[in-house]
Amino acid sequence: MSNYLVEFNNISKFFGKVIALKDVTMKLKKGEIMCLLGDNGAGKSTLIKTLSGVHKPDEGEIIVEGKKTIFASPKDALDMGIATVYQDLALVSLMSVTRNFFMGREPQKGLPGLKTFDIDKANEIASERMGQIGIDVRDPSQAVGTMSGGERQCLAISRAIYFGAKVLILDEPTSALGVHQASVVLKYIVKAASQGLGVILITHNVHHAYPVGNRFTVLNRGKSLGTYSKKDISREKLLSMMAGGEELSKLEVELKEMDRISKI
Amino acid sequence: MSIKSKSIETKKKISKDERLKRISRFRILLNRPELGALGGSILVFIFFGLVAGDTGMFSAYGMMNFLEVSANLGIIAIAAAMLMIGGEFDLSIGSMIGFAGICIAIPAIYWGWPLWMSIIFAFSMAVLVGYFNGILVVRTGLPSFIVTLAMLFILRGATLAITRLITGRTQVPGLRVLIENDPIAWIFAADTFKWLFTWLGSMGLIALRQDGTPLATGVPASVLWWIGLTILATWILMKTRYGNWIFASGGDKHGARNVGVPVDRVKIGLFIGTAVASTIFACVQVLDAGSADTMRGTLKELEAIAAAVVGGCLLTGGYGSAIGAAFGALIFGTVSMGIFYTDVDTDWFKVFLGGMMLIAVIFNNYIRRKVTENK
Ligand SMILES: Nc1ncnc2c1ncn2[C@@H]1O[C@H](COP(=O)(O)OP(=O)(O)OP(=O)(O)O)[C@@H](O)[C@H]1O
Ligand SMILES: [Mg+2]
Repeated sequence: MSNYLVEFNNISKFFGKVIALKDVTMKLKKGEIMCLLGDNGAGKSTLIKTLSGVHKPDEGEIIVEGKKTIFASPKDALDMGIATVYQDLALVSLMSVTRNFFMGREPQKGLPGLKTFDIDKANEIASERMGQIGIDVRDPSQAVGTMSGGERQCLAISRAIYFGAKVLILDEPTSALGVHQASVVLKYIVKAASQGLGVILITHNVHHAYPVGNRFTVLNRGKSLGTYSKKDISREKLLSMMAGGEELSKLEVELKEMDRISKI
Repeated sequence: MSIKSKSIETKKKISKDERLKRISRFRILLNRPELGALGGSILVFIFFGLVAGDTGMFSAYGMMNFLEVSANLGIIAIAAAMLMIGGEFDLSIGSMIGFAGICIAIPAIYWGWPLWMSIIFAFSMAVLVGYFNGILVVRTGLPSFIVTLAMLFILRGATLAITRLITGRTQVPGLRVLIENDPIAWIFAADTFKWLFTWLGSMGLIALRQDGTPLATGVPASVLWWIGLTILATWILMKTRYGNWIFASGGDKHGARNVGVPVDRVKIGLFIGTAVASTIFACVQVLDAGSADTMRGTLKELEAIAAAVVGGCLLTGGYGSAIGAAFGALIFGTVSMGIFYTDVDTDWFKVFLGGMMLIAVIFNNYIRRKVTENK
């Protein structure tokens, strides 16, 4: 039995002539925050769309909890506990907190054949869950449009966790947020991981990624520049890898590694 | 897990917040989409009460008149509102009314079908048309405005062509004799609560004809349809999972799809809903008049959308209410009939209709901004 939640082995994805991903390997453990870093167009979104069942990989394999898996649809991935919170969050701002929280998965009550949406139970759960992350939803029937960006992000994450996510994929969760709100969201992500979830955090922002991440995968032009544990790489290194001196820093890291190994 | 202790903590917090919630009830009410139409209806009644209070508009007969007009419009407005909440329009409602009319009349008169069978046939055709509209919209991804505009022409043209082909004319009369012994026609045509009106008449409380029967013979079946459909639609929207899916599909179809809402199915269902509502409208009209006419229902789609908008539906979808649409229809019905009881030239009705709609859209837009942007 593999000790990884999900494994990506040598994944490639082509869009016509464009090589969006080439030979990318990435593994995620339980309780770990893996940060996926990379410049615009590096292939981050393509990679997570492959993992969440939106795209099928052209080469390589996806292994979920030790089993080789092919996702036919995003629902397949969701059913296996891989939940993606996209940048648009999949929240409807005109709808209430509760109605958003349970969108598509409403609790029901009543007789079979004449079931109704159990709005009281839904309200209760939604307020409780939001309360757990320190967001005081005074009125769960308030529209999501009235919430702040950070609160919305937390709502989307909390919803994914409530519905049994084992792997949480977050696409740029902090990009639109100010310092304070970003830190609220990041704190929540750490808490989720500490409860045993695997988190893949996609971001441009090393300053957001570095404090919370356990390991870092850097993508560049569709190829992985490698995965590094936090102890093996500094914030500055990551920054320079992303900023364009990637190849050089990679060499530097490799040299250092060889140096270390030869010393042992 | 550590969640347990936390949840007790939050429970406490929630119970404390319960009081805050009660204070904001009034604000919640203010945010309800149907508020505008409710207020509008009250204003309209106050207006006609003052201007036409002594003209017979509010006699049993007068009331049944404007209620019937409101009810007919309400039946299609409610379905149009649900579709609008789901993020789509149906411009083929009016043509569907005409089409459903001949689907009832031609088999019954020319093919010798029993009336009930032609009625069922008309509803089956409605389901097909609605399904076709829906499939076209979700498969092509084209705006429903365009798709159903095409359907508006196609259906009206087909109605005209088929009717003329089979009957050689554009009207199909002669249904009245069939209604009396039909097992289901009464569902659309009967006056209800006759006993009440007879009793009121015998008590001298409402006006009587020469022969002693009351002038207003009962509540038209369409009024009950109107009320029933309002209740059903509101129940679906507020109390069922399908209702949540309707709001979600209209509010943000991509988001909804991403969390597992079957958006396409929801939309197709709503298109079937408007076509079926058009057919109910057609049944009521055809069975009341005893004849079908290929031009029936012309422009009704716009009136239905207008009533839905006055009732608080946003044109962009995701927000609105069936109760609002029902009141929107009440406003239009009341004014269109009430205007005969005043000195105002009836030509002004359309001016009112347009003005009312404009005010409603501006008001709705303001509400939407408040709901989505205000912190
Ligand atoms: N559906 C598609 N069809 C064709 N090319 C695509 C498609 N999706 C992505 N690409 C291409 O694949 C490459 C990687 O895109 P991707 O969206 O994965 O980058 P990204 O790392 O998420 O960038 P950003 O930080 O801007 O979101 C880009 O060159 C993009 O143009
Ligand atoms: Mg991207």
